[in-house]
Amino acid sequence: MATAAAHRTAAAAAHDAQDTAATTAYERAFDAAVAADDRIEPRDWMPDAYRATLVRQIAQHAHSEIIGMQPEANWITRAPSLRRKAILMAKVQDEAGHGLYLYSAAETLGTGRDELLDKLHSGRQKYSSIFNYPTLTWADVGAIGWLVDGAAITNQVPLCRCSYGPYARAMVRICKEESFHQRQGYELLLALSNGTPEQHAMAQDAVDRWWWPSLMMFGPPDDASQHSAQSMAWKIKRHSNDELRRRFVDICVPQAESLGLALPDPDLRWNEERGHHDFGAIDWTEFWEVLKGNGPCNEQRITQRRRAHDEGAWVREAAAAHAAKHNGGTQGARA
Amino acid sequence: MTDTDWPLWEVFVRSRRGLSHTHAGSLHAPDAELALRNARDLYTRRGEGVSIWVVPAAAITASSPDEKDPFFAPAADKPYRHPTFYEIPEGVKHL
Repeated sequence: MATAAAHRTAAAAAHDAQDTAATTAYERAFDAAVAADDRIEPRDWMPDAYRATLVRQIAQHAHSEIIGMQPEANWITRAPSLRRKAILMAKVQDEAGHGLYLYSAAETLGTGRDELLDKLHSGRQKYSSIFNYPTLTWADVGAIGWLVDGAAITNQVPLCRCSYGPYARAMVRICKEESFHQRQGYELLLALSNGTPEQHAMAQDAVDRWWWPSLMMFGPPDDASQHSAQSMAWKIKRHSNDELRRRFVDICVPQAESLGLALPDPDLRWNEERGHHDFGAIDWTEFWEVLKGNGPCNEQRITQRRRAHDEGAWVREAAAAHAAKHNGGTQGARA
Repeated sequence: MTDTDWPLWEVFVRSRRGLSHTHAGSLHAPDAELALRNARDLYTRRGEGVSIWVVPAAAITASSPDEKDPFFAPAADKPYRHPTFYEIPEGVKHL
């Protein structure tokens, strides 16, 4: 006993010597802030892994917003009415805005957006797999609004209480704006569903194609999600993937009924005992394949993103030249 | 010149007359004029503001979170600065 105790004391002393006293004090302050549901702000000390996790998540989120502009922008010129066209343009503009809020939040962690864009363009950082599916018909614009934005909202509302202040604040703005995105999609699908038999069939076909990929947006099942446990301990994430997915299914079932459209899952039924819907098995092989780059549109999305960036270079150069000419290059020349 | 050469601007928005400007977020822009226009597009797409300030982030001096306790300590031990510090006989009104 005495030996074991002495051994433990020696080990503890060695451990203390490794950590500087200052770092442990900072760690304690960080842990206490997270435990108290306080927010961590940019200039606070934080563990390197917490910072890295946030940069990875916020970057992926920002990339998803700007890549997400593509499948919908695909239909702007072919929107069936001026009203729908104006709505769609406003929505796509919002997605750009959401990307910028998030790049700003990432920047507070010391990672500039050039670096993040570079990592997106070179495939070193990911965006949500959902945007690697094509928008084949006008009804897809509705299905994206209803299901994809609906899944995003389910994911994002808890992020408004994320432990990192700038990310949480960005999410508050985003969630407010996403609500319009979801409702316009639902209204669009409802119009088609109540339209001609061909329009109804088009709406049903879109829901058939977008339903399963939308469920995959919540990420792999809890037992296969490598980052989940730590992110929940840090209160970056508040609910598990499976919990949010279940919540989304429960929300969608009555909404689909009101639309007069079917969800493409023969196993979907209410489970009285669990108080939730049971649903069929998700094809995770498809999920991992799309994630690896083998989805229908991976190549197209990144190529288009790079092209937009390269073709916008002259605008950035012109703006910089204009600023240099009028300010003599002095006005906040370097941030 | 790439985006990183563009200075970072902090954006403050007055949501309606009678209220102060509050911090809305940040953005990059090559100069103040474009920072204002970008801020309008980014932070007031739904009529969230009637006035915008943009401030070069580099021009802001901030207190350090490390000195949080000593820096703000002088305020912590002066409860007599709050009205609740004082005991007033019951029944005395408008005080």
